[in-house]
Amino acid sequence: MPTSGRAGFARAAVWNDQSTRWNREGTALIYEVFRQERKGQAFAHAGSLPAPDGAFAEVYAREQYGRRGESIALWVVPRDQIQQIDEFVDELERNYHRVDGYPLKAKLKEARERAGNPAPADS
Amino acid sequence: MSQEQDFLEYVQSGGQVETGDWMPDEYRAKLIKFIEMHGNSELMGVLPEREWILRAPTLQRKLALTAKVQDEVGHAELIFRVVADLGKPREQCLDDLISGKAKFHNVFHYPTKTWGDVGAIAWLVDAAAIISQKALLKCSYAPYARIMKKICWEESFHILHGRDVVLTMMNGTDEQRDLVQEAVTRWWGPLMQFHGNPISREEDPMYVWRIKSQGNEEARQQFLDGYVPQIWELGLTVPDPKLRKNDDRVWEYTEPDWDELKHVVTGHGPRTQERLDLRRAARENTDWVRRVVLSEAA
Amino acid sequence: MSERATQLLQIADDELILGWRDSEWTGIAPNLEEDVAFSSIAQNEIGHARALYELAARDLGTTADELAFDRAPHEYRCAGIVEHRFADDWARTIARHWLYEAADAVRLEALKASDDTEVAGLAAKIDREEVYHRMHADMWEERLRDEPRFKEAVEELWPQALALLPEDKRATLAQRLNVPSNSLLLSGREERSDDFASLWEEMTIVRRSIPGAVW
Repeated sequence: MPTSGRAGFARAAVWNDQSTRWNREGTALIYEVFRQERKGQAFAHAGSLPAPDGAFAEVYAREQYGRRGESIALWVVPRDQIQQIDEFVDELERNYHRVDGYPLKAKLKEARERAGNPAPADS
Repeated sequence: MSQEQDFLEYVQSGGQVETGDWMPDEYRAKLIKFIEMHGNSELMGVLPEREWILRAPTLQRKLALTAKVQDEVGHAELIFRVVADLGKPREQCLDDLISGKAKFHNVFHYPTKTWGDVGAIAWLVDAAAIISQKALLKCSYAPYARIMKKICWEESFHILHGRDVVLTMMNGTDEQRDLVQEAVTRWWGPLMQFHGNPISREEDPMYVWRIKSQGNEEARQQFLDGYVPQIWELGLTVPDPKLRKNDDRVWEYTEPDWDELKHVVTGHGPRTQERLDLRRAARENTDWVRRVVLSEAA
Repeated sequence: MSERATQLLQIADDELILGWRDSEWTGIAPNLEEDVAFSSIAQNEIGHARALYELAARDLGTTADELAFDRAPHEYRCAGIVEHRFADDWARTIARHWLYEAADAVRLEALKASDDTEVAGLAAKIDREEVYHRMHADMWEERLRDEPRFKEAVEELWPQALALLPEDKRATLAQRLNVPSNSLLLSGREERSDDFASLWEEMTIVRRSIPGAVW
């Protein structure tokens, strides 16, 4: 499955766009909501909603992401407080950061043979 | 290769698009129109059902029905947020809905007449909708796919509620069974039209762009497969003598009235105008509230 | 009927009718977010009514649904304030919501202190849910308090909020609302209004259509 970075489509930096259009719904502010489903789980982005201020945002977030008891905690934050980072550069192919940078199979086979241990059936 | 062609191949091989990613104008336009229609449908779907909240014959039914309708408003909330982030603000969508410029699904243009409708709608209309909605879980536009997950989860409660209402009536009095049958008979036509006329997937832009993952006829067949047995096993009938599953395991049926479908969704359904008028009046009535309170605090 | 059952029915009727009125806003609230929030409030009110009816039903040898739906209009004991149809008037709706919550808070405080452990226990549960209703009501009141139509609505309705409470509790509420304590108010629970009559018609129409049926 191709990743969007590879497809080469330019991303507009909307998350960091401080203009009105992105951070507001009409004249209301947009708030992003993150929810924690159970203790121990990470807070995950759940969605966004418009509200005149933080008090309303709290009420509305509770309703949209908690009325069926589906969350035990929420984080609510104005959209304009979120900064997205999505440009990562790896021109020199840093394979030591990836699993394929460690080709163990051939070396393991050689080491086992040297030690006189046959490879297990599933190696 | 053009960027559009690149993009098409990208989505067709499972690629996902996020808000703010480059997308062809046509893709964005079709997406907005499709998603907007969904939002409009959730909003308009509230109107036939809300009367029955007030008439619910037990406290449990009243609560369940209120929660169901509340979910639908919640879905509209989620859906219009996606449309707004694509570039069309909610107020503009509501303008277009009320003026008749934007469409909503056929089933919400029809009247509800009895408590039998309450059962039939939650059981069968919501079932037809959920099939379409499941086909959106893999939408190429990721923000929409993500809200569909929550929507489908909530819709599953609606179907349970619908079945509970229907089964209770079917186990009740003759009059109650008649109410259910009458409702199923009346809703059958619109239900068969619901998934749209059977254009092939390859000719359906929604499938081509992988906004939907199935074509109209596929959806209808899935609906029939799932729900005709459920209808028949209760001793209920469907007003189509041709309805049967053939040897190739395909459901055959009398061709739905596509003219009726077109006529209705272009704003000429039995309750279209009345409901749009109600929306308009409610909106005007509460204008001051949005102005004074719901816009950003000064 | 025992004093306990009478009292429970009064409060249950208040919650049922207010919840019914609040649910009239479903689908037509000022915006989608508020629609969802207000619907939860309506559901909670119905839920509270149900719990109260269930308690009374045991005393009276009947069921919650029968108490909620099968009485004749003149047998309901709700307060006047909850009967009004405000479904096209957000100012009055919020004014009633805010005033009712204030009155209910006084009422629940007293019930939580009751010697009757069942009633006290239920009152405590209801009170914990009401925290969110009060939060919502206060939030709206803060933003509407200078708006003429809201001020007018509060002026019109506060006496009915006092009337909702038994006489010995009215002074407490009056103090909190910063209004004169008027002990000449009638409770208004004995007579039903025209608004109630049409509400009852609609509320019971399906139930009455096939008497005795299970829905």
